[in-house]
Formats: sequence, C-alpha cells, structure tokens
Amino acid sequence: MADFGFKIKQTRSFNLSQADLRKADRLLEEVPSYRLCIGCGGCTATCSARQFTDFDIRKVHNTFRRGQYDKLADELRKCMLCGKCTLVCPRGVNLRSLIINMRQLLTPSNETF
Amino acid sequence: MTIAIIGAGPAGIEAASVLAKQYQVILFEREERPLCNIRDKAFLFPDFSSADELADKLESKLSHENITLKTATPVVSMQRTGEQWTLTTADGTTATFDAVLLATGYKVFDAHQKEELGYGIYKGVITSLEMEKMIKENNIRNNMNEIPKQIVFLQCVGSRDEKSGNHYCSKVCCVTAVKQAIEIKKQHPETDVYIFYMDLRMWGQGFEEMYREAQEKYGVSFVRGRISEAASTFDNRVQIKAEDTLMGNPMTMNSDLLVLMVGMCASEGTATLSKCAGIDGLYRFAQSLSPHTEDNLTAQPNLFLAGSCKRPMCIEDTIQDARAAALEIM
Ligand code: SF4
Ligand code: SF4
Ligand code: SF4
Repeated sequence: MADFGFKIKQTRSFNLSQADLRKADRLLEEVPSYRLCIGCGGCTATCSARQFTDFDIRKVHNTFRRGQYDKLADELRKCMLCGKCTLVCPRGVNLRSLIINMRQLLTPSNETF
Repeated sequence: MTIAIIGAGPAGIEAASVLAKQYQVILFEREERPLCNIRDKAFLFPDFSSADELADKLESKLSHENITLKTATPVVSMQRTGEQWTLTTADGTTATFDAVLLATGYKVFDAHQKEELGYGIYKGVITSLEMEKMIKENNIRNNMNEIPKQIVFLQCVGSRDEKSGNHYCSKVCCVTAVKQAIEIKKQHPETDVYIFYMDLRMWGQGFEEMYREAQEKYGVSFVRGRISEAASTFDNRVQIKAEDTLMGNPMTMNSDLLVLMVGMCASEGTATLSKCAGIDGLYRFAQSLSPHTEDNLTAQPNLFLAGSCKRPMCIEDTIQDARAAALEIM
C-alpha cells in the first residue's frame, strides 16, 4: 500500500480537554496575580535573557498554563531571575515568583503530581 | 433658580445652552478660553470632521442672554449649606447657587511617569497630544526636522496599567491612534506606521470601519504586543522592544517617532472639587449615584455631573450626557 507519510509527524495541535492541568492550576494558586495575564508580551520584550538566547518567557508561561510542559524545564534554565519582567508587566503579574514556582513544579523530584 | 456650571468644555456648554432656555446660568472656566481640549485637536473620529468647526458651533451657543461665561476663573472649593452650594474662586470671591453642575472633565496621563518609555528623555518619544498638534499644523516631523520614515504608536500608556495605578481603559485612545495613523498616511503616504496594541477596542459606530480602512486603504501595520522599553539610537531615533505575540517572537525596531497614546485621567478640578464635595470616586474621578438611571446625580443634593469628570468619555457621549444632566436639573 502506498505510504503517504501521514504518520511521520505528530499533529501540532494539542488537545486541551486531555491536557493535565494540575500543575497549571497549582501555579495559579501559588501565584494568583498570574490569572490577570493578558499575553501582551511585555515581559518578553524587556527580558534580559532574550537578548542572548531564544528564550521567550511569555510563550513559556502561556504554554505552561495550557498544560504543555515538555521542554519547559530546559527553557526556564535560561532565566536569570533578574526581575525586569516583573517591573514592566501592565497587569502586575509577579513573574519572578511565577518562574520560581514553574521551576519547582517541573523538578523531577517534585512528587506533587 | 440660579445655576452654576463648572467647566466650559463640551459638557458645560451643551448643558448651559439647554438650561438657558429657562434659567440664568453662570459658567466658570479655569482657562483663558473655553473648549481648549477640543481646539487642541485637528479632526474628530469617526467622521474626520474638523475639531475647530465643532468648537465654533458649541461656542456660538454661549451667546445667549441667560448665560454668563467667566473665563480664567477657576473654582477652588465648594461648600454646601442646606440645599445650596457656595463656590469659591481662585481670587477669593464667593457666590451661592441653587444647583451646581460639575463638568470639570479630564486631563491626559503624564507620560513622564512611564520612565522606561523614555518620554522627556529621548526627543523622538512624544505623546498623542503632540502628534495631534503636528497633524493639525500639517507639520509631522522627526527631531531632525525631516519627514519621518517610520512612526510607531503604543497603546494603553497610563491606562490598563497596574504600574500607573490605573486599571481602567481610557476608551478613546484606540480609535484615536487609528485616526492619527490615517491622518499621517494622508499627509505622508510613504511613511510607515505601526500600531502596537494589547487589544484594539473599536466599540463605537464607525470605529471598526476606520480600523479596516487603516489596513486596507492606508496600509497601517498592527502588531499585537506591548512595547516595554524604548532607547535612543546613535542617529537620534528611537529603538523599541516588544514581542510580536502572534509570531511568538521577541523583536526590536527603530523608528523616527514613538507616539505614546496617553490615557484620560481626572483633571485637577475634577479631583479637587469632587473630594471637596464628598463625591470622589475611583481614580480621583467624580462618583455618580448609579450608572444606569442616576448617572447625572450624586450623593449630594443639587450637585450634578456631566461628561468626563466621571470617567473617560468621547465627545459625542459627553454632549449627550450634558443634555441628560440639564434635564435632571430642570
Ligand atoms: S507582561 Fe504580564 S500580562 Fe503581559 S504577557 Fe507578561 S505576564 Fe502576561
Ligand atoms: S527574571 Fe527571567 S524572564 Fe524575567 S526578565 Fe529576567 S531573565 Fe527574563
Ligand atoms: S482605548 Fe485602547 S489604547 Fe486606550 S486604554 Fe483602552 S485599550 Fe488601551
């Protein structure tokens, strides 16, 4: 049978109804100000780490919020915790605390979930 | 019945012209002439009609035998005695009235407060007020006095911003940026115009059509992302940093001008007098009794409100609100 190659790649779309949002929900509990994020990218714009790497903190936390945790732990290592993002966020999100909490939730030894 | 109206902007004048059909009205204005905020503008959204023509039309309503206009006369305090109000002006004069209408309006947000955006530090960073003046004078220039190659707008400066302490949306700046972008393109089709937004709020009649026209006819570019830093380049232009959130990519860009769309805040008159009368509300604006049917009334007897002393409001709504306030007083 002809192989059309449809099985080679996984679909890029994710299934939100199957996503495991427990870590994301815990993050919102720990950092309630994150509920106010409107995804404006102000944090990314000013980020010190983005000058030297392809790190995009807005993309990282928005991806975390949708329960898509793969590769995020590696990404979050690029952050230097300088806190500039926290200074510019128009919604007053405590980004530094958000990042520390994401790191903790993604630590393999974290047995919470 | 004697009536005082504080503020000779669109709200104060429209209310005065209605009330003058039956009553004597005294209109206090702190500036040398009425309607300064409208006269600062070139054209009005959504129909690009002339701001000066509207101002002239409104001003002509003042020539009525029952209206006395006192310019350069700021009211500095007000006291209630029973059902009446005594107003004190800057020169210490007092006068007592049966009803007072507060129409003290707004002022624009002071962009110096957003230091990271470089207003007052880099010459290429200006406010929407200064852009309006350039459009009006047909003199859109960068700080080297050349026609700008690029102009970047940033929405929500001093509005929707936890750091400025203003959570509210100023309502008019989205459509004003689109209006100014179109005006720039009319005067200089070769200038590239970018509008950086968090959300575009095209709520009024004709606004969405202006947005479409800006895209389709004038080629204005819209970037969904908040600029959070501006710096100067070696050639005196402005470098901005944002994320193009739709691409999911951080970006920088150089521009001749960065225009900050400054929001609407309570004017000094609004803040001082509403506090003095005990009707101060959120963000130093004046507080009406309820938003639906008692929006021109206050918790104080015979003290009424009209226009943007209550909240950000466009000119059309302000004029209608003033008529409603006049009916409440009658
Ligand atoms: S700056 Fe604040 S509101 Fe904007 S994307 Fe970052 S966290 Fe969200
Ligand atoms: S704290 Fe991390 S994410 Fe925030 S600006 Fe600094 S490096 Fe970037
Ligand atoms: S009208 Fe637009 S620019 Fe003005 S505060 Fe609201 S969203 Fe921001």
